[in-house]
Amino acid sequence: MRLTLRVWRQDGPDRRGRFEDYDVPDVNPEISFLEMLDVLSDRLALAGEEPIAFEHDCREGICGSCGVVINGRVHGPQRGTSTCQLHMREFSDGDVVVVEPFRARAFPVIKDLVVDRSPLDRIMEAGGYITVTAGSAPEANAIQVPKQAAETAMDAAACIGCGACVAACPNSAAQLFTAAKVSHLGLLPQGQAERWSRAESMVETMERFFGSCTNHGECESACPKSISIDFIAMLNRDFVRAKWKNRKLAGQKR
Amino acid sequence: MTRLDAKIPSAPIEDTWDEHRFSLPLISPANRSRFEVIVVGTGVAGASLAATLGELGYRVKVFTYHDSCRRAHSVAAQGGINAAKNYRGDGDSIFRLFYDTVKGGDFRSREADVYRLAQVSVEIIDQCVAQGVPFAREYGGLLANRSFGGVQVSRTFYARSATGQQLLLGSYQALARQVAAGTVELFTRTEMLDLVTVDGRAAGIVVRDLLSGEISSHSAHAVVLATGGYCNVYYLSTNAKANNASAIWRAHRNGARLANPCFTQIHPTSVPADHEFRSKMTLMSESLRNDGRIWVPVRSGDDRAPGEIPAGERDYYLERRYPAFGNLVPRDVASRAAKKMIDEGYGVGPLANSVYLDFADAIERLGRKTIEERYGNVFDMYQRITGENPYEGPMRIAPTPHFSMGGLWVDYNLETTVPGLFAIGEANFSDHGANRLGANSLLQGLTDGYFVLPRTITSCLAPLLGTEAVPSNHPAFGATEKAARERVRRLLVTKGSRTVEWFHRELGRTMIDCCGMTRHAEGLRQGIAKIQALREEFHEDVLVPGDGESLNQSLEKAGRVSDFFELAELMCRDALHREESCGAHFRQEHQTEDGEALRNDDGFSYVAAWGHEEGASEPSLAKEPLEFSYVEPTQRSYR
Repeated sequence: MRLTLRVWRQDGPDRRGRFEDYDVPDVNPEISFLEMLDVLSDRLALAGEEPIAFEHDCREGICGSCGVVINGRVHGPQRGTSTCQLHMREFSDGDVVVVEPFRARAFPVIKDLVVDRSPLDRIMEAGGYITVTAGSAPEANAIQVPKQAAETAMDAAACIGCGACVAACPNSAAQLFTAAKVSHLGLLPQGQAERWSRAESMVETMERFFGSCTNHGECESACPKSISIDFIAMLNRDFVRAKWKNRKLAGQKR
Repeated sequence: MTRLDAKIPSAPIEDTWDEHRFSLPLISPANRSRFEVIVVGTGVAGASLAATLGELGYRVKVFTYHDSCRRAHSVAAQGGINAAKNYRGDGDSIFRLFYDTVKGGDFRSREADVYRLAQVSVEIIDQCVAQGVPFAREYGGLLANRSFGGVQVSRTFYARSATGQQLLLGSYQALARQVAAGTVELFTRTEMLDLVTVDGRAAGIVVRDLLSGEISSHSAHAVVLATGGYCNVYYLSTNAKANNASAIWRAHRNGARLANPCFTQIHPTSVPADHEFRSKMTLMSESLRNDGRIWVPVRSGDDRAPGEIPAGERDYYLERRYPAFGNLVPRDVASRAAKKMIDEGYGVGPLANSVYLDFADAIERLGRKTIEERYGNVFDMYQRITGENPYEGPMRIAPTPHFSMGGLWVDYNLETTVPGLFAIGEANFSDHGANRLGANSLLQGLTDGYFVLPRTITSCLAPLLGTEAVPSNHPAFGATEKAARERVRRLLVTKGSRTVEWFHRELGRTMIDCCGMTRHAEGLRQGIAKIQALREEFHEDVLVPGDGESLNQSLEKAGRVSDFFELAELMCRDALHREESCGAHFRQEHQTEDGEALRNDDGFSYVAAWGHEEGASEPSLAKEPLEFSYVEPTQRSYR
């Protein structure tokens, strides 16, 4: 099939970007979206132009490296699918396909379709862990976790950290990302000791970089792992309770 | 001929690790911050090591070419992690995990290292559960298990089909804690270009900032490579696109010996390549073989839809040839059996390059819901790639390069032949022999990172107490930086007529033909000649667009492919020299009457560790003889 690709090109962080049109006359519908970009990039290189910079690595939907906006949809038209898992059979002959980087103030463009998502790591560093020193753990089966809790924790833990939730949100909020980690750890018995400090600290770090959630729900529909916004409700509840608990139990905090 | 000494303590195997831990020097908590350690790579091995060293109080610098540690390819491991917990009461034990791993590796691994792996496996599960890894649970809240290829017990712990992701996140979170605490300094989007040695000791590394192109040096008391495997030498593999051998290859060029480079595992269950543009193979978890049955049509070239082929006209060839293990034979055996069927014309799919993996019986027996719960995300992945629904018809699967058992040679302390340089995880060669058992790779990475190297590294550090690390303005750093800049410049100025991608594909095709699932002397010789010619062409005709002063993904790739050429040749030389078949290394000249791998224990019961000497035309071979005192080498049988 024949496609027109309208791709965002930007030479560097401080450079002005623009859309460029590329005619791709012979797209095999069985190939993946990124394989189509590979083919185009190789052609550009051979024609003396710069290939399109885009991030990708595992190409099986788990590393979270890839992610572009396709025709206005974060990760493209297929629900629950990261860009690398999207295949060209989802498009039709003659389509104009607009490809842009994730847009969010916290994710500045580095080049073409590559953005800087490092603020997500700052949120993790603020408390997205359970403190365990290697060697100090109790026997694994000493901690019983109800199957339902383990399953729900896993639903949240499935987050691949791609940042689609931020890119899809009209406020560029990172609530779904933060909620997924807070809920994953907060649902497990192992995560209880730091539950309240974690919720408070991760949310406060999040707010340094990102906008606020106003319940649009765009994040859930863009999420390649279909992580539920129920977790945002859990986060909000934990955050409010944390405000009480952390003052009452720790007292000394601010 | 150099003989390598692995420095295995002499004690009964059950006590080796305990006694060794006691005999290693200690470094007091107050002194640890006087030592600097560089860790390259943030997969399960690198992240868990950096976090643990940080917790202990060392000053750690950790480097990744990704934008975040969480992207490392450990994330893609699906099926699980083994541990000798014997929670099922089905006859498992530390000794049995040790035994299965030595046997699965076809008696080409080091007994003491494998025993330690099995011992530490128990602690690894404790550690990961405490970190909040959401392993699958039984209704009573206790941990669930499943089986993997090559074993007859259920000892694999799993988190749906994303066990690697969850274990990596556990290590990444532990590392994030140390980064926040300031014990670990993290360098993202920074790629190691070379190792720096001073007086034969590892002194630091030269790196390139992938955003600015700036090349700089970092020095430390010890350098650890946790940079993963090299199966991308085949171009089409299950490895992530950026996985590369440059760090270990640069270490090799600086004196570290590379062991058994020809031992590469071809995984039996990947989604086949149905067209020429395929850029990356996707694995379908080995755990699928617990419930799926592998078959091909009895009649070669049968092009009926699989559902129309009656049971009597299907050849369940693994169940037929290996009744005891059936569909759960080890990977090397399953892959070769599939290749045999495909080569003989029984392959299915548009390019007749795959076999069926069928869940119809399992869905009938267990119900669709159970299958969905066990493998849902893998099934979804399959459907997205192929457009076929695996709940309705069988999957098609094909063998694909997946894991490199070979890697940098290390002793029992995980130290390479360059003092002060260590290698952990897939980057070293130590535990898997000639074939890795499923769910042992996450185990090895975490074992090395959390429990082994944090202890053994004191053997290198303690004697250095009171000495500063070589400063990074030492002339050796300057010289290495200069050479690295020159390599980058050469790649950029060639401006030839073929892209890096083209060369990589050609190299991959050559390698899979001559040094893939089966090898023979003539093919390997021709392969070497072809690789040399291709490499020459690469340096004369490669086209790397852009400059070196900003993000340039073609340039990154060009550097990696350039090193792959050199590694590829060494792999072929190693395969050519090893006149036997063992595990994944199958020389057509050496097989049993039934077509199984035929080892030559008298001639080749050793680790082949290749050295590089500047100016020498051929690599030098050193041997570490392997002794088996606890598991007697036998012809592996899974019948």
